[in-house]
Amino acid sequence: MISTLPVRLSDIAHGRSGDKGNHANVAVIAYTADGFAWLREHLTAEFVQRYFAALKPSRVERFEAANVLGLNFMLYDVLAGGASQSLRIDTQGKTLALALLQCSPHAPREERAQPSIVAKSR
Amino acid sequence: MTSLRIGNGCGFWGDNIDAPILLMRHGNLRYLTLEYLAELTMSILALQKQKDPQAGFAGDFLDVLERLGPELKRQPQLKIITNAGGMNPQACARRAQEILQKSDLKRTIAVVEGDDLLPRLDELLAGGELFTNMDTGEALTSVRSRVVSANAYLGSQPIVEALKKGADIVITGRVADACLTVAPAVHEFGWDWHDWDRLASATVAGHLIECGAQATGGLWCNWQQAANLGDVGYPFVDIQPDGSFVISKPDGSGGAVNLETVSEQLLYEVADPAAYFTPDVVADFTSMKLTQQGKDRVHVAPARGRPATDSYKVSIAYRNGFTASGTLVILGPDAPAKAQACGQMVLQRLERAGFRYDRSNVEALGTGACVPGVLPSQADPPEVVLRVSVHDARRPAVERFTKEFAPLVTSGTPGVTGYTTGRPAVREVFAYWPALVKKNLITPRVSLLS
Repeated sequence: MISTLPVRLSDIAHGRSGDKGNHANVAVIAYTADGFAWLREHLTAEFVQRYFAALKPSRVERFEAANVLGLNFMLYDVLAGGASQSLRIDTQGKTLALALLQCSPHAPREERAQPSIVAKSR
Repeated sequence: MTSLRIGNGCGFWGDNIDAPILLMRHGNLRYLTLEYLAELTMSILALQKQKDPQAGFAGDFLDVLERLGPELKRQPQLKIITNAGGMNPQACARRAQEILQKSDLKRTIAVVEGDDLLPRLDELLAGGELFTNMDTGEALTSVRSRVVSANAYLGSQPIVEALKKGADIVITGRVADACLTVAPAVHEFGWDWHDWDRLASATVAGHLIECGAQATGGLWCNWQQAANLGDVGYPFVDIQPDGSFVISKPDGSGGAVNLETVSEQLLYEVADPAAYFTPDVVADFTSMKLTQQGKDRVHVAPARGRPATDSYKVSIAYRNGFTASGTLVILGPDAPAKAQACGQMVLQRLERAGFRYDRSNVEALGTGACVPGVLPSQADPPEVVLRVSVHDARRPAVERFTKEFAPLVTSGTPGVTGYTTGRPAVREVFAYWPALVKKNLITPRVSLLS
């Protein structure tokens, strides 16, 4: 059995988020091809929906943009009314990507040790 | 012909007002685009036009145009395409012409209209258009009486028509943002309107530069690696006849253009990246390869596109009550708990006075309130900003709320300070209603200013 260690998502990926009415998109982009393979395997729509559960997304959909090593998540109905109506300070979900990059999804130890999925080589 | 350089000097109404001047001075552009309209800007402009028939456009554009005078003299070939016209492109164009005349500049100005559906809304509804809310599935009739603006996102075709008529400056109402870039490419290269791949490629270019500095180092996750963001250069693209392009920025300017900054912006405000819808084309943002081509230059290969749909997107805004937010600073210990207590005091006192609100929210900024409940709580922060917000259909109720902040300075918890901005302002809420309308019901209009 593989033991697990937390990885900070920001070690292997960067990203950006924004609004579409009351929905938000959160893009997570790997620094390396190995990192992208890891994201595809572990960063599921279910994981993202659980992570942002406190913001009550009605559903989360995942898209791939392999050409930029990116995953793009649509978080539906997550902005408490969106730019015009939300009473939250971040009405437009601008910070969601940075919040997701701070997560520590449990990763197999051997993958954690692989330097090739970590950034800074580009 | 060789490549075509298009630069964007404005990403939203409120963007840096020196950026267009610097980009034009140092960018060696053929076309300058300026983008001013966010989703709800039109509702604000619609109300301005109701009060004053000569208002209702992005006034910042006139200031920029005035300051561009010397550059326009130096660069007579440069053309400008902007959606600054908002709800009143004709009035915007007339004012722009006055400014040009004052600077002794002769330029042909064209106006693109036909996006404003408000005067035709009842006719269209009667004709069977439902304007169903794309998010909720509701029919527009439920909020029809409160609608203040309804605008179709027009495509590139009327802008190209304006350029064909000899326009040097094209002022539009609502068009899809990327079209400010797609139109000059179609015009200069003579692309066919069914050349989906080239239209998609230019759409990628337009999408990448439409938010200005967001492509050149702004918001970049590794911002520490960007050179001098304080002097960030705004983006331009050099488009080739085959649709491929290089995105870059003026030499010597700050910021960065690399695979990271461009990839982040490529996916910004995108749903399915394989199907990015505009009035011109359905572009596949996953279809093209990005390559770093030297410092601050990224090459983007031709993209693939599919035929456009038979609908325009319509952005509708309707009145939906009033809102206000007040803030105060609270020093610790226990700053988050004190902020919550102060917020509840405000709401309790308002309830005592007979006011309960449709919605209210108490936040302690400094505790992860951008994403409430998502980030793990940290050690006791030395201070937080208390922010209380309400939303209600009744303006007097929201006005009463704005008077309930100052009392916390003497009757709240210890550590309350920062009451320097006076009473919060009451703001009318315009809710957003995205819908579709059949293209064959809409007629874009192009006219030259005489």
